[in-house]
Amino acid sequence: MQRRATFRSPWLPWMLVLPQLLIIFVFFYWPTGEAFQWAFTLEQPWGGGREWVGWQNFAEVFSSQHYWSSVRISILYAVATSALAIGIGLLLALFVDREVAGSRGWRLALIWPYAIAAPAIGMIFRFVFDARAGVFSLFNAMMPGLWDPSLNGTHALLMLILAGAWQLVAYNFVFFLAGLQSIPRGLNEAAAMDGAGPLRRMRDIQMPLLAPTFFFLVIINLTDSFTNSFGLVDIMTAGGPARATDLMVYKIYSDGFKGLDYSGAAAQSIVLMGLVVALTFIQFRFVERKMHYR
Amino acid sequence: MHFRRTALIAAMAIALGATGAEAQEQRQKFNWWYGLSGQLGEVMQQYCRNFNASQTEFEIVCTGQGEYQDALQNTIAAFRAKAHPTIVQVYDVGTTDLMLSGQYVPARELMAQNGYTVKWDNYISSIGNYYATSKGEMLSFPFNSSTAVMYWNRDAYRAVGQEAPPATWQQVERAVRALKAQGHACPMAIDFDSWQHWEQFNAIHNLPMATKGNGFGGLDAEIRIAPLFRQHANTLYNWYKEGLIQVRTRQGGRNLPESFASGDCAMMMSSIANHAAITRTQKQGLDWTPAMLPLYEGHSRTNSMVGGASLWVLKGRPAEEYKGAAAFLNFIAQPQQELFMAQNTGYIPVTRAGYEGIKASGFYDRPENRGRDIAVESLLATEPTENSRGLRLGNFMQVRALYASEMQAAFAGQKTVDQALDAIESEGNKLLRRFEQTYRGKSLP
Repeated sequence: MQRRATFRSPWLPWMLVLPQLLIIFVFFYWPTGEAFQWAFTLEQPWGGGREWVGWQNFAEVFSSQHYWSSVRISILYAVATSALAIGIGLLLALFVDREVAGSRGWRLALIWPYAIAAPAIGMIFRFVFDARAGVFSLFNAMMPGLWDPSLNGTHALLMLILAGAWQLVAYNFVFFLAGLQSIPRGLNEAAAMDGAGPLRRMRDIQMPLLAPTFFFLVIINLTDSFTNSFGLVDIMTAGGPARATDLMVYKIYSDGFKGLDYSGAAAQSIVLMGLVVALTFIQFRFVERKMHYR
Repeated sequence: MHFRRTALIAAMAIALGATGAEAQEQRQKFNWWYGLSGQLGEVMQQYCRNFNASQTEFEIVCTGQGEYQDALQNTIAAFRAKAHPTIVQVYDVGTTDLMLSGQYVPARELMAQNGYTVKWDNYISSIGNYYATSKGEMLSFPFNSSTAVMYWNRDAYRAVGQEAPPATWQQVERAVRALKAQGHACPMAIDFDSWQHWEQFNAIHNLPMATKGNGFGGLDAEIRIAPLFRQHANTLYNWYKEGLIQVRTRQGGRNLPESFASGDCAMMMSSIANHAAITRTQKQGLDWTPAMLPLYEGHSRTNSMVGGASLWVLKGRPAEEYKGAAAFLNFIAQPQQELFMAQNTGYIPVTRAGYEGIKASGFYDRPENRGRDIAVESLLATEPTENSRGLRLGNFMQVRALYASEMQAAFAGQKTVDQALDAIESEGNKLLRRFEQTYRGKSLP
């Protein structure tokens, strides 16, 4: 019983998908092709010529200690942000799903942050984390020099992780709440009648049934942290202090566009693309297939 | 029926209006992209309106592209797509790339072809030379120019008996120590900007940043940290440890000019272009003055280096547009336009005639402009030497970023200042070698 749409003309389906294909070609395949070309040449910014250098750009990228430290902090950022955002998102969704007082209002309020652009979040959190005037300056009031994201790399990265997680919590919340609400009421009610308390029901019924949502969000959060952290970094730290927040996407931008090293940046972006493709592959191959309700 | 007649009349009026507008469209249009925003962006727009009102043959269309970096990035992207503007404003360190690309119309050629005579030696030589070939032929037009100066809070330092700004670093040390002893939290502020703290320091002490005459002599130049700068950087770090200096960056909440204007910090080194903004935003009654950058005792002053940006005319536009471009560049070089720039921004005049004219008009005697002539005096201190005429070091935006990262690492205690400086030297030279390889077979004009 397979349903198939049939078209009288063999051209019609192609015409229908043509706009989409064109968009993908112009905004994805074309630039990617260009990046591949740049990655294997030394490109003069003003376009005066290029010299084929083979794998030199990649060799330089992989032999640079700054690149590896960028990879390290990108992974740290991605994992920490995702863990925090998923944990908090799940907790909030469980509360709202239990219809705690004011749930309706909370539901709306918790969806909003996702609509805020990253640079705006960056600006706001810069004020929050400001060592002299922000909320965090309380630490400095207690003990001078305790909090200084403008010189202390660990503080700066922590600040980015908190801001990044804050941004993702709303997204995760929406998915978790939808996931929770699609769990048949009957299961919960039956468990309640058998005497299972709310915590027990969360652990044994809601959480396992949320597993597909959970793994979907893990992949999306990780990918998002790798590629969408740019706006936050640019506004909050500009990669500093001392490269402590020079995440992979930001390094590509600053090497390529600020430093006009198009070829080095192209090589880095191909590495990053490979990483994101691998993550997506994992999602489709393993997670999607294995995580169906057992 | 009545309504239709009104509509008809309205349509005719619109059509007539359109033909009237078309008559004005006969002017030759050309584009200028600039890299200034906020109040400075508005001044640029005013420039364009003034130019369009001053003649009837051309119309300049001016587009702000964000900051300097964005303007350069966007212009390069547009250039590669063959949709670039005729004139573009490029900041000081973008000069080397553009020179090597050869994708510009040299200033002298443009003006000669369009029948303008320009007195090239009228340009203040430390400004003109930055944008000139090694033989001294200017390739672009100096536009908004600045140099680094010291900003000095008279009020704060009067309290410790030092009202006049110090001329030497030894005097600076005595002053900051005295102020610290009085309990002032921030006698002096620094950031990690290589321009005022490293490049200008070397220029005024007549020390090289790199071999081969700071790169003028060839792309194989190598960055060298001058011993005096090494000593100076270590000194600054020790002062920071002692609490005599605070680090003030945008990421830390308040940058240098903001910290100074609010009265938080009593001294800083920064661009003269900030003079206008500090005057506008300063704490009520703050008594301050700019002064020349301090020297180490035993050194005589060489001219400081020019900063800011120049106007480049790009190749590959229709010939008629170049007539307009030449007219505009001729327009901005007039003394009254230099006065306009000085009045509305913190930038300095770029020609001797412009400077003399502005000085004679009593501009620098007005309280809101006090000390602004210091910057020109600093640029005029000597004829430019091999070390102070400018830099021709490739990938220099990345070298500046490298300086910032390494100094941050040193000030955060991750490495010693000497290790940071060594890293700047070795990694900076890697960047230069990469640049040399990118432009293999090309040489600077």
